[in-house]
Parts: sequence; C-alpha cells; structure tokens
Amino acid sequence: MKKNVLIIGGGPSGLEAATILKKFNYNVILVERSSILGGHLAKWDRLFPYMEPAKETLDVLLSNIDGITIFKDTEVNSINLLDKSYNVILSNGITILADALLITTGFDLFQAEKKEEYGYGIYEKVITSAELEEYFKTLNNNKIDNPKKIGFVHCVGSRDEKAANRACSKVCCATAVKQACEIKEKYPDADVYCFYMDLRMFGRGYEDLYLKAQKDYAIRFIRGRVSEVSEDINKSLVIKAEDTLSSKPIRVTLDLLVLMSGMRPSSGGEKIKKMLNLMTEDDGFFSTKDSIYSLQHSKLAGLFYAGAATGPKTLPDSLHEARSAAIQIHNYLNN
Amino acid sequence: MIEFGFGISPSSRINLDDFDKEKWNKLVQIEPEILQCISCGSCCASCSGGVFQNVSLRSAILNIRNGKTDSAMELLKGCMLCGKCTMVCPRNINTRNLILSIYKTYSEK
Ligand code: SF4
Ligand code: SF4
Ligand code: SF4
Repeated sequence: MKKNVLIIGGGPSGLEAATILKKFNYNVILVERSSILGGHLAKWDRLFPYMEPAKETLDVLLSNIDGITIFKDTEVNSINLLDKSYNVILSNGITILADALLITTGFDLFQAEKKEEYGYGIYEKVITSAELEEYFKTLNNNKIDNPKKIGFVHCVGSRDEKAANRACSKVCCATAVKQACEIKEKYPDADVYCFYMDLRMFGRGYEDLYLKAQKDYAIRFIRGRVSEVSEDINKSLVIKAEDTLSSKPIRVTLDLLVLMSGMRPSSGGEKIKKMLNLMTEDDGFFSTKDSIYSLQHSKLAGLFYAGAATGPKTLPDSLHEARSAAIQIHNYLNN
Repeated sequence: MIEFGFGISPSSRINLDDFDKEKWNKLVQIEPEILQCISCGSCCASCSGGVFQNVSLRSAILNIRNGKTDSAMELLKGCMLCGKCTMVCPRNINTRNLILSIYKTYSEK
C-alpha cells in the first residue's frame, strides 16, 4: 500500500515538495487554508533580480499537481501523534493517517500599522510593498496618482526590537530595489528615494540590480532609518530621517511612501505549533533539528519543514528546501 | 548695546525639497558615473590631498546630492587631480573627470 504524506501549506514549498513526493510514488495530500494555491507568489507581479513574471513561475509549479489530493479552504483541526504516524483531522471532516508530515506554512507579512510612526492606515499615501506589487499587477490603486516623489522604507518590522523582531527578513532589500526601478519605469519623471540601514544585496545578480537602480534609474539611496512621517496640509508626506553618511538630519516631502514589510511566522504555522508542542526560536519561526545538516528535520520523527516556516527565505531557497525535504521524507519512509 | 554672544545658528538640516535638479541633471549628463557612487570611502582613503587638507570626494558627492554644493566645492578645493582615487574606486567612476565636471557645473553661478 502507498504511504501517505500530508503537506500543510500550499505555497511554493508545499507545491514543489508535493510534486516530487508524488514522483517518488507516495500518496500526497496537500492542505491549504485559503482558496488559492501559490501563497505570496500568487499575489506577486515580477521577481527579483531578473524581473521574471511571478505568474509564469507559479504556472510551472501548478502544471505538475495532477495526482495530488488537494484540499483548499481547509484547515487542520487536530493532529495526534500515534506510534509511527500522525492522525490528522481536517476542517472538512476528513481524517488522514499520515506516515509523514511536511510543514510548509511559510510566513505572514508584518502588519505595517504596528509601526505607527510611519502612518500606515493613518495617512492616505502610505502603502506596503505588497500593495505596490498588486498595483504593478492590476495597475489599479487610487493611492497611486501620478506620484512625483516616491520613498521606500527598508526594514519595516525587521531589525527592530521595537517591533519585536530583531531579525532581517532577507528579501526586502532586493524587493525594494526592484520596485524602485519598476515605479521609476512607470513614472520616469519621479524622484525615487530608498531609506536603508544596510543594503543586503547578497545573491547572484542582486548587486547588478543595485547598480542598475543607481545608473539607469537614478534611484537615490539614503543611509538612515526613517524616524517619523507626518502629513502636511496638501496631504503630502513629510519624511524625517538622518543621512547617517553626512551626520545630518534630512527632510523630504513625498507623495507616495512604500513600506517594506518584513516576514513574520504565519498564523497557520502558529496553530500547528500549539497542536504538537513544536519548538520555535526567538524569531518565532520553527526550530530545525540542527542548523547545518538537518534543516528539514524537526525533533519529532516523521515531521519535516521546508521554506519560510523556518525563517525568511528567497523563493529559490524555499524550492531547494522543498526538494531536500522530499528526499529526507523518502529516506525516512524507507528506513 | 551689550553683546551677550547669543545668536540663531543656521539649520544644518538637509532639505531635499530645495534641491536644484537642473544643475544636477547637467552634471549627470556630463558625468553619469556619479550616480554609481556607493560612499565606500576608498577615494578618501587613498587621497594624497586629504592627508594635509580637508579633501573628500565621497563627502563632496554626498553634499551635492543633499543640495549643499558650496560645502562640496570646499571639499574639493585641495584636490591636486593626482588621479589616485580613480585607481581605487570600486565602482569604476572616472573620479578625476568627475571632479573637473563638478567644478565646471557648480563654479558658474
Ligand atoms: S533584507 Fe534589507 S530591508 Fe529587509 S530586513 Fe534585511 S536589511 Fe532590512
Ligand atoms: S585626484 Fe584629488 S581627490 Fe583624487 S586622490 Fe588625487 S587629490 Fe585626492
Ligand atoms: S571610491 Fe568611488 S564609490 Fe567609493 S566613495 Fe569614492 S567615488 Fe564613491
């Protein structure tokens, strides 16, 4: 009889792992709490650093899902650890006896309104990186009305003890640089500023993207964290920061401000954590068995992780982890 | 009248709303490489003028971008155009040409 592998979370990691486990001839069941597959990727327009369309990337993942049992709009109600398997009850009433569990619950975006000093939800012209991405997709957002001066705030809800998150979210620097180029493409006359603390352009092609942003799009990078945003009588935004490279306070009036929301553990993951008493680190993401060789293993036999459930990751990182998890699960089920 | 020595100090704040875009665009046109500076400081570290005087290309570029062009010119006054900074700039900026272009653009009032 085929063994059952249950995957919790239908984002890129879950989809990629499901495809490979199916090829290994397991009975793969994937549970997704929302009505769409693809997680954050499904909401994105283009991907850094080479501007690939997110939709094409997702279509590749979705083209291989035949033969996988997928439950959308479905939550996990309970999980019981049996002798060598997990008894999982889903919100649609179905019970599954899983020989292995893979947790690909990913991340939620930091809620930008928590950084009240940036005025998200208070001032009209403050939006999040996710909303800007949606605008690139739909070209529809009444807050974006032919802006002439646009700012990007890096590290919103990341690297910030005041936001209860010391960690770097890894992808938002490259995303900000990408989005800065894209908005400049749409509004070539606009002045575009990025307020950063460090630019973390670590991946292949990222530094080229940074150079392009400087050279071809004339983006102004200002090293300094925005301290506060206020609104003037014309509904323009007044930004205060320090230009730390010249040790002087800096002020600029903008008509669009984009907040680079960081990655936080997903609420779906938190639920699973409580059900099985799973371990998390200080950053709130799941603990892995060790930090070098067993990044896909948990402390529980038969329970595996892939993707941003164990901390911020780029899309290619998450896909690698999904493939790695599929191999680890295969090894586990054959021992 | 007795002078107590009080006075109002001018604000040192950078106000990007007052930035002279026209002159800047002119400079970028003759030396577009200025856009590529990453404020690394290599130019200043290798600068022979900077050993004796307050010469700093890095700060000058920053000052221009912040609308403080007079301070920028001041920081390049001691430059001897030796070209050492051109040899070290990691962004491959033709710094010597840039310094001359800055002079050309901002010394005509
Ligand atoms: S990737 Fe950049 S913007 Fe994001 S948290 Fe890290 S340093 Fe900040
Ligand atoms: S050219 Fe001028 S700025 Fe450059 S190293 Fe020589 S003296 Fe310094
Ligand atoms: S060496 Fe080049 S990149 Fe570095 S501060 Fe000087 S001009 Fe800028």
